[in-house]
Amino acid sequence: MTLLTIEGLDLDIHGTPILKGVNLSVEPGQIAGVIGESGSGKSMTALAVMQLLPEGSMCRGRVELNGHDMLGLEERALCRLRGNEVGMVFQEPMTALNPIKTIGDQVAETILIHESVTKREAMERAREALNRCELPEEKFPLSRYPHEMSGGQRQRVVIAMAIALRPKLLIADEPTTALDVTTQAEVLRLIKRLVQEDGMGCMLITHDLAVVADMADEIVIMRHGEVVEAGPTQRVFTEMKHPYTRALFEASGHQPVRQETETSTALLQVRGAVRDYPLPRTKLFAPQEYFRAVKGVNLSIERGESLGLVGESGCGKSTLTRAILGLEELQAGEILLDGEPVYTGHRPNRDVRRRMQVVFQDPYSSFNPRWKVAPLVAEPFHLLNSRPEDWHDQVARVLEDVGIGAEAMNRYIHEFSGGQRQRIAIARALILKPELVVLDEAVSALDVSIRAQILDLLADLQSEYGLSYLFISHDLSVVRNVTDRVLVMQAGEIVEEGKTRRVFEAPQHDYTKQLIAAAPVLPDLDVA
Amino acid sequence: MSVAEENLGRAALRNRNLVFGAVLTLVFAGAALISFLWVPYDITQLDIANKIKTPSLAHPLGTDHFGRDILSMIMVGARTSIAVALVAVGIGMGLGVPLGLAAAAKKGSLLDEVIMRGNDLVFAFPSLLIAIMITAVFGASALNAIIAIGIFNIPVFARLVRGAALSLWTRDYVLAARVSGKGAARISFEHILPNVMNLLIVQGTIQFSLGILAEAGLSYVGLGAQPPTPSWGRMLADSQTMISFAPHMALFPGLAILLTVLGLNLMGDGLRDLFDPRIRRVAR
Repeated sequence: MTLLTIEGLDLDIHGTPILKGVNLSVEPGQIAGVIGESGSGKSMTALAVMQLLPEGSMCRGRVELNGHDMLGLEERALCRLRGNEVGMVFQEPMTALNPIKTIGDQVAETILIHESVTKREAMERAREALNRCELPEEKFPLSRYPHEMSGGQRQRVVIAMAIALRPKLLIADEPTTALDVTTQAEVLRLIKRLVQEDGMGCMLITHDLAVVADMADEIVIMRHGEVVEAGPTQRVFTEMKHPYTRALFEASGHQPVRQETETSTALLQVRGAVRDYPLPRTKLFAPQEYFRAVKGVNLSIERGESLGLVGESGCGKSTLTRAILGLEELQAGEILLDGEPVYTGHRPNRDVRRRMQVVFQDPYSSFNPRWKVAPLVAEPFHLLNSRPEDWHDQVARVLEDVGIGAEAMNRYIHEFSGGQRQRIAIARALILKPELVVLDEAVSALDVSIRAQILDLLADLQSEYGLSYLFISHDLSVVRNVTDRVLVMQAGEIVEEGKTRRVFEAPQHDYTKQLIAAAPVLPDLDVA
Repeated sequence: MSVAEENLGRAALRNRNLVFGAVLTLVFAGAALISFLWVPYDITQLDIANKIKTPSLAHPLGTDHFGRDILSMIMVGARTSIAVALVAVGIGMGLGVPLGLAAAAKKGSLLDEVIMRGNDLVFAFPSLLIAIMITAVFGASALNAIIAIGIFNIPVFARLVRGAALSLWTRDYVLAARVSGKGAARISFEHILPNVMNLLIVQGTIQFSLGILAEAGLSYVGLGAQPPTPSWGRMLADSQTMISFAPHMALFPGLAILLTVLGLNLMGDGLRDLFDPRIRRVAR
């Protein structure tokens, strides 16, 4: 019997159509992957199943879960189903748990709400749920608090809460998007195991084709609130009936056309860089202790080269970036751009700084929302002694170069989409015609099709402006496609360095091998 | 006008708290402004023959024990209340906001510690006590009341701004400004201040109403504006011995205080809802 059936589901929110005739079904013991870019309605479909839609929503169609007509039930009946028959896992493990309650209490809470059991029984079953989620008792007692755990461990607690009552259906909305690749692989394996053990149905929502490729039995591809293609995973990948599926697939593995560089003059040199952070004092008169985030890193970037820097969160790559940009001073070692130090006499060197710029990850927090585009893009002119007379023309030109158009100058940043904002961020980085641009996870927050466009743009601009890139990312597939050389960083040290192709095809260091093995890959299909 | 601004305007009109609060506030602000040009009766003119009259056509709100018109007194008294509260909020914002911005910009430094501990020090004293102390030393006057109330507004704004600014300092656009070589002071005024403006407007409204209450309180105990300047608080104090046979003398200045404070608080709540889109949806 089919566990979840969605038929002809229409959803309007305040009169705006969000979902149009969505059909979808999940069988017990199977994983249905729901894939789409932002705004495709994939999360709204999940919320419609739970009936947790925002105010002003109007649903039409049929949503049947295990024989219950979800659209016809009252709120009280729905509350009994939520948690009991449907469990849900969200994207952000940092905010999904209550920081002031222990993990035991939080998992037990779900049980206490739905079943008349004693507190002790509930705690025992919470223990069991946590054990099943690979959080063994010796290391993770029930009395732990969320802040004492890593992101991956917290996500396991969230999963334990979702499966504590052995629900029939598990809805996982981007469960691994906020996690590192190695943790992602573990959490995905856990979900797959739980689905098989309990014979649960699972609706796995993600933007990442590669994640579902080796997880899902069925795939549903959504776009603009409609299902464009659905079917068994293998068939969808081999047939790709809908052009959008094909476009999505191509964009995921997109490889921009790049010109090989042949120069060998070093532009940026980092020698023996050490960066310490003071730790908070635990005792009043205890000596100050330090955390060494970057431990004697050496690297160099040649003119016109794209260098990749790969590592998981907390490995020190952001700290290193800030030191390279001259935002923070090193405790030992030196950073030279074209032979000139970035920091001289405890002050950042302005002449050097104007030759490098940066593009950040989050296109939404990269701009002051109260400024118009022209002053935003012109902000780096502050590094010159005075703003050039023709600054307005220069801003217009660089906006044209990134494909935004000069008419954007008098608009506010909230009028632009994520991809457009990232183009504006690139324009801001290019306005001073720098030699080095640091791309700090610059495409990580973008949808795959937008990401492909930005990568193409970056490749074009590299030859046009003669740029060198330092490409920092946790996403191995992107780094593989756009860099000449790659560095792998772990716990403040560079553990492997080499030509990108060599590192990916024949990794030497164990950590590199782990990273590559953990990264989800698209099936190797011939999409001609 | 952008789409967002248009929506904000429409949401403002739909917000009942905001509209009602703004109307009340405007009525009293209007009364204060009109009193500069025209009042029904001259309030310095005593008219003992007509003392303690209940409301009538000639005196809509009655007269007091010197025969002065209460409506005129309330209109002129609004000037004192509004002026004292406005200047006190000005002192609080003018000093508190830069202090808060500086503390956030140099988080964890000695400067931050000094500013925040100084705030704690001011918070540690009951405000009315300090006001009495100031007026006891420097004499009772509207100016001293302003200073006393203003000092207690400083830490309120400093803390508010520091808290909000700390989270803004972690935004990427601040990092981008630092990459552009901008210093802490410049970033504070160009990037941080415009983004805490919403909070300042809301808190300013609330402090304004507290200022009016504080001024009324100080005048009530005789430490605010001195005669012949009329003040709502002193009108209450003057009437209390006669409350059994002339309740209108206490009722109307009391209502004036109540309604102004209510109006300002409703407006503050409404503005907060308006600026916070998460609450905005519920408030509707």
